[in-house]
Amino acid sequence: MMLSDADIGAIWLSLKLASVVTLLLLFIGTPIAWWLVNTRSRWKAVVSAVVALPLILPPTVLGFYLLIAMGPQGPVGKLTQSLGIGLLPFTFPGLVVASLLYSLPFVVQPIQNAMQAIGARPLEVAATLRASPLDRFFSVVLPLAKPGFVTAAILGFAHTIGEFGIVLMIGGNIPDETRMVSVQIYDHVEALQYAQAHALSGLMVVFAFVVLLGLYLSQKQQASIVR
Amino acid sequence: MWNTFQNPYAPLQTPLSEIYGLSHPNHYITLARYMLTAHKANDLPNLDSSWYSGFARRIYGLLLLMLTSLFTKTLVYGDTVYVGAASNFIIPMKHLAREFERSSGHNLKISYASSGKLFAQISHGAPFHLFLSADHHKPLALIEADLADPVSLKTYALGTLVLWSSEDDIQLDYTYLISDNYRRLAIANPKLAPYGMAATEVLKTLNLHHQTKPRLITGENIAQTYQFVASGNARIGFVARSQAYAEGRLIAGSAWVVPKSYYHPIRQDMVLTRRGSGFGPAIELHRFIQSETGRAIIRSYGYDLAK
Repeated sequence: MMLSDADIGAIWLSLKLASVVTLLLLFIGTPIAWWLVNTRSRWKAVVSAVVALPLILPPTVLGFYLLIAMGPQGPVGKLTQSLGIGLLPFTFPGLVVASLLYSLPFVVQPIQNAMQAIGARPLEVAATLRASPLDRFFSVVLPLAKPGFVTAAILGFAHTIGEFGIVLMIGGNIPDETRMVSVQIYDHVEALQYAQAHALSGLMVVFAFVVLLGLYLSQKQQASIVR
Repeated sequence: MWNTFQNPYAPLQTPLSEIYGLSHPNHYITLARYMLTAHKANDLPNLDSSWYSGFARRIYGLLLLMLTSLFTKTLVYGDTVYVGAASNFIIPMKHLAREFERSSGHNLKISYASSGKLFAQISHGAPFHLFLSADHHKPLALIEADLADPVSLKTYALGTLVLWSSEDDIQLDYTYLISDNYRRLAIANPKLAPYGMAATEVLKTLNLHHQTKPRLITGENIAQTYQFVASGNARIGFVARSQAYAEGRLIAGSAWVVPKSYYHPIRQDMVLTRRGSGFGPAIELHRFIQSETGRAIIRSYGYDLAK
């Protein structure tokens, strides 16, 4: 392998970003998913649509609006400046915020599907045994929806690793701060350094395949346990 | 293992254009003719329920129509010149194209991309007649790879740098670069963009190279660099003068035109590809860009011209 220090740095940064984003999204996505499963509110369709938007929108669109929103004249930018954080674009926290939006559907939807599949009955049974709503959630819903959480974590992680469009728009290509693997590959190709581009791209392909293989194998196992 | 890709100047065994049949309109004709004649509606499998077969036939006919129209579109070859132009040259190129199409009656199809991308595409057989690069290395490399005509190598524009901010009434000059008034300085990626190289040169000339390093953010190209500054995410940045000025006047914000002694102006060269060197309309366009009319247009967009 012919990976330079810059390549290794980009790999570490991608892994770091994906880990942070996945953890945060599991905490943010779970209540959203639970609310979507149980609500009868008029807002359900609206929230579902907003959550699913990043599936449809080109990442460059998200990146473009984020760049404006997080800029000094944008609403988010004004807020962060008044909080004394400064501006988010071209920083690691900025990438985290962007990725949270970008990978949200990949985490919320598997969890929501798993919770939906549990159905009302187990919860009713738990309620007759005097389990409080909170107790029901933690001792019935969470364990039963576990496969959904595993899928969500893997998909969220993998999706964030491969992020390109948004990072290109709001990253600014700063080594060890915002230069992700995908951007590094893009730079190699643009600079006609095809060998390095090959090494990194090959790694990404292998990584993606292994992740998906693991996902499908684990799903197969789970299915056999249930039956 | 990667040996075949070690040398980017070596074109692939089969040019992409051949794979996609770009240079083979005949191929489409035969295909389209085959599709029109070989399968008449009565060749369709005879289905029992009549409405279904009618429906299927209609869909089938529609598909056929769509496919043939797709292919016939590429058959209209006329005198179309295919141009690959560096993305910093989009606006003047559009103006040049309007003038040229009006005066010559030829058609232009222009692709805008970074010079690196266009270079890679041409070395893999993309059907461009004329290549307008943002630097002078890539046209040379094309000539060395025997993919372009050495006689047609011409400098069509000289790019110059300004230090620019989208905020009005900032006194911008080199002292501002030393000050602590800004948190981010945007430049184009020096590894990829000639304007980025020039910006790095300026910083080195002023001996600010190390001092500014922690504040540097790099755009993938000069257009993105401009966007970083325009959105205010970077207070200042080195952009092309052609982006900040129109008709010789500053469009918005504040600017400092960097003295030319601080860096080598960016020589933007063009070259006719092997495909274009024998193609009349492409040669006409090549000549038009160097004509007085062409030069006046290029100058009006903030570029200098070679003597």
